[in-house]
Amino acid sequence: MSLRSPLGRVRGLGSAKSGTHHFWMQRVTAVALIPLTLWFVYSVIALAGANYATAVAWLQSPTTAVLMLVLIVATFHHMQLGLQVVIEDYIHGEGVKIVSLMIMKGGSLLLAVGAAFAVLKVAFGG
Amino acid sequence: MVEFNLPKNSRVGTGKSWPAPQGASNTKTFKIYRWNPDDGENPKVDTYTIDMDDCGPMVLDALIKIKNEVDQTLTFRRSCREGICGSCAMNIDGTNTLACTKYIDDAKGDVKIYPLPHMSVVKDLVPDLNNAYAQLASVQPWMKTESPPPPDRERLQSPEERKKLDGLYECILCFSCATSCPSYWWNEDRYLGPAILLQAYRWIVDSRDEHTGERLDDLEDPFRLFRCHTIMNCSKTCPKGLNPAQAIAEIKKLLVERQV
Repeated sequence: MSLRSPLGRVRGLGSAKSGTHHFWMQRVTAVALIPLTLWFVYSVIALAGANYATAVAWLQSPTTAVLMLVLIVATFHHMQLGLQVVIEDYIHGEGVKIVSLMIMKGGSLLLAVGAAFAVLKVAFGG
Repeated sequence: MVEFNLPKNSRVGTGKSWPAPQGASNTKTFKIYRWNPDDGENPKVDTYTIDMDDCGPMVLDALIKIKNEVDQTLTFRRSCREGICGSCAMNIDGTNTLACTKYIDDAKGDVKIYPLPHMSVVKDLVPDLNNAYAQLASVQPWMKTESPPPPDRERLQSPEERKKLDGLYECILCFSCATSCPSYWWNEDRYLGPAILLQAYRWIVDSRDEHTGERLDDLEDPFRLFRCHTIMNCSKTCPKGLNPAQAIAEIKKLLVERQV
């Protein structure tokens, strides 16, 4: 039970003075992903039925490799921003929330670095 | 965590039934949520069938008729009966709206009436609005200035500047919008909700106010403002036809504008 006034509860710890950067980055990555995803889907369709050497040659082209890396960064950044919102919406215990955010952000980073490493490995002929 | 089932003491049972008066040919049935904090029982839905030949056209007319003639224990808020006080906001036929401006005929079949969703219930159709009123107070919905007012007149505003308040000043604070918003359901302790954010924007966009920056500072928060995910339930349900979702989007745009 709390005898704190409703206004005291609502004012709480005050404004975090943040959130706009998160909001803006979500929009920027969303806009970037429109052409990047269209390009990626188009490229994969164009490669359908191609052999291994053709696919490797495609990924070794500097343009392809750079666009792939940008696509990976934008995708995983956008993903973790969105998942953060979901976790903040639905998980209310502070402890569980912080652990969930850490696992989610760490997992996203691992996936992103793994994907980028795969691109680089092929691009540099590993 | 989000709860998918209502807590045990909130599960709604079937209550009493009041049949139509004898000889009534044109009847309508109302299923109304009832909960009394004093009897220790779970909420129930009571059924009232009333004679429509002897009842006004609005849902509030029926509620008043039931309270006057059928069951005096039915509890609800009402005052102006013309959509300007915001007292009789409730969930009618699945939508939050004002009982006084909602036609009974708009509901197909039985008229289901519940209190505003996801608020603590004081009794029957009366929700506890203390948190929402405190949130309103927290955005300081009054003009804040540094310049002294002109000695001989009011603070001036051009017609164009005044026009920016249209669609904002009409809000009657019935909280139909806030209680239709899942983000407000899950995070009402931290998210201000569409009603309050529309009020906040009403002062942010007022050309006479000189605390725009401080107002934006106070709103710039992942929970207070950015819990809005623009699903537009608020604008869809507003009984006054206002657009709180747009007001929230304008606040977000101003926050981006001042740092990009």
